Amino acid sequence: MNGNPQLGPDGQLRHLLSIEGLPKEILLQILDTARPFVSVTEREVKKVPLLRGKSIFNLFFEPSTRTRTTFEIAAKRLSADVVNLNIATSSQTKGETLLDTVANLSAMHADMFIVRHAQSGAAHLIARHVGEEVHVINAGDGRHAHPTQALLDMFTIREYKGAFTDLRVAIVGDILHSRVARSEIHALTTLGVPEVRVIGPRTLLPARVSQLGVHVYHDMEEGLRDVDVVMMLRLQSERMNGALLPSAEEFFKYYGLTPEKLAHAKPDAIVMHPGPMNRGVEIESSVADGRQSVILPQVTFGIAVRMAVMSIVAGN
Amino acid sequence: MRIEIKNGNLIDPTAGTQTLSSLYVADGRIAALGRAPDGFRADRIIDASGLAVCPGFVDLAAKLREPGFEYKATLESEMQAAVAGGVTSLVCPPDTDPPLDEPGLVEMLKFRARSLNQARVYPLGALTQGLKGERLTEMAELRDAGCVGYGQADMPIMDNQVLSRALQYAATFGFCVWLRPQDATLGRGGVAHEGEVATRLGLPGIPVCAETVALATILILARETSARVHLCRLSSAAGVELVRQAKREGMAITCDVAATHVHLSEMDIGFFDANCNLVPPLRSLRDRDALRAGLADGTIDAICSDHTPVDDDAKQVPFGEAEPGATGLELLLPLTLKWADETRTPLPDALRKITGDPMRVLGLEMRALRPGAIADLCVFDPQNWWQVEPRALLSQGKNTPFLGLELQGRARYTLVDGTVVFGPAV
Repeated sequence: MNGNPQLGPDGQLRHLLSIEGLPKEILLQILDTARPFVSVTEREVKKVPLLRGKSIFNLFFEPSTRTRTTFEIAAKRLSADVVNLNIATSSQTKGETLLDTVANLSAMHADMFIVRHAQSGAAHLIARHVGEEVHVINAGDGRHAHPTQALLDMFTIREYKGAFTDLRVAIVGDILHSRVARSEIHALTTLGVPEVRVIGPRTLLPARVSQLGVHVYHDMEEGLRDVDVVMMLRLQSERMNGALLPSAEEFFKYYGLTPEKLAHAKPDAIVMHPGPMNRGVEIESSVADGRQSVILPQVTFGIAVRMAVMSIVAGN
Repeated sequence: MRIEIKNGNLIDPTAGTQTLSSLYVADGRIAALGRAPDGFRADRIIDASGLAVCPGFVDLAAKLREPGFEYKATLESEMQAAVAGGVTSLVCPPDTDPPLDEPGLVEMLKFRARSLNQARVYPLGALTQGLKGERLTEMAELRDAGCVGYGQADMPIMDNQVLSRALQYAATFGFCVWLRPQDATLGRGGVAHEGEVATRLGLPGIPVCAETVALATILILARETSARVHLCRLSSAAGVELVRQAKREGMAITCDVAATHVHLSEMDIGFFDANCNLVPPLRSLRDRDALRAGLADGTIDAICSDHTPVDDDAKQVPFGEAEPGATGLELLLPLTLKWADETRTPLPDALRKITGDPMRVLGLEMRALRPGAIADLCVFDPQNWWQVEPRALLSQGKNTPFLGLELQGRARYTLVDGTVVFGPAV
């Protein structure tokens, strides 16, 4: 395999498929581009004409409300035309292949696809098969990557902590099934965070995870000690009772974020969550709504960061 | 038909020799080496200058997809691919549709294959009816119909009591049972080796213990039942080590590895290359090196192609949804040569892994290069570089991780029973 499929011939970002393999400069370019868009979203007229006349297709093969909506808002604020397709309930069930669906939509002159799919690598597959002028943004593929989520998390961290190079960050929970965690790990290490920790029971940590450049903890209090940022992950309900975990209650007792556990982090540590939250499973309400929580700002920044990503891949 | 193969490098893998000489074929057998027999007049002369001449290759695993999966490949296309790859004998697993669990199906396949006059086909019968792992097949009847062994292809037997009895029953008749060691549950849902790459790419993993747990079970039961077992497609260093120990104990086991796994590792998945979705999964570089060491010290008896034609549509999907497998018959020779080259294995020793050693696994007479031996031969150009691309392959399956790469070594002529079944027309 040659080169990074996300980058064009002169190294510019053509698709956003995963954080892995992207140079630090591109990550910083996205964060810098997003900054002024935050104020756009605070203006009375919340629109800029950067993508006027462009057609953006939200291709969601997996149900999602939040991510799809924020992409839609971001595209509209860039003045693009947005088409939402919930394929989970349409042609795929009629037996049309993924690439046929994409080919048909390309024939309608799509300029950009925002893709979410249950299979790791789906966005890469689509990116390999679209025309040269078409851009693909991965909005989550299987367990592999969710790059815009990681970028908005980085944006949030920079807003609250200023820089990356003297931080200690802990990611807590179901790392095994989490595309968010994988993308966060790559983003944090690329941006120079010196210590990234993952915390979870052995059943929820992928094999050889330390190869990704993280320190592994199974004891949450120990793992949270002196960290600047706590990134919680969502635990899917189908994983709560079975061979991975005995119960949501036991998980909460050992890995749920409570004020007592959070007290081991630095006093000014921030608490993040990609949403949607399971209150009382991975996070206690008093923490989710508490002084250190930046969970709602994450959502707000998410729109600005997605605007930045879309305008950069489209060549602006 | 009398054929003179002139001035070739005659390689006898069994004897370990290479001789620049000529070989004479008459009445389906090798008539003489070096000098033509008295009164020999060739009907056809093959100029083998610069070419190698050796016994035809024996492939211990080639899915022909007939009956049942003709849209993926037909017997015609795959038999042509076999001889184009220099393969003169091949073993086909029983996972057709319906599976080869009745003598009639086996007879039909043998008949169809024979009427094509190409490579010899040695079917494996299903070990259990419908490959369901519940009831034994009529193994003795299947043997009479032409089966050389019994297996489950990629459908492991969940019930160890059934497995144990299947081995006992097979041992009664001295039949060989072919098993690919994979635990039915430990790799469930997995699509790639559980390791660094699967972790990075977020692909559900198949742990090494899925192979070693199954191997340990098979070895213990084989010891108990004294059954002859052939282990198919080893993939891990730990698996090789278990087989090495068992062989050291003197157990009657043999095993093979797929040519792809001798060269590739999980790293080759790159950015989700569905052509690298294989069964068993490509494992770590360390595992690959252990497979090579296993070949070198004889722990692994044979290299097979594990030929699995898959139609394009089944690979043009996300990695985890892709149908596993790769086309292989036409790559068996170049991949064996590449391994020999990279490990400095002498040519006759390397070729033994695709000639004499797999014949021994089948319990058949080795095809030596000597007068009187059956003339199943391959004349190949060991130097020729060629690019692996769809139109260079006769198999209906065009998918392989080696697509786009250049490989060295290609069959020029293939003879079965003393007849040229592949090569330029006269």
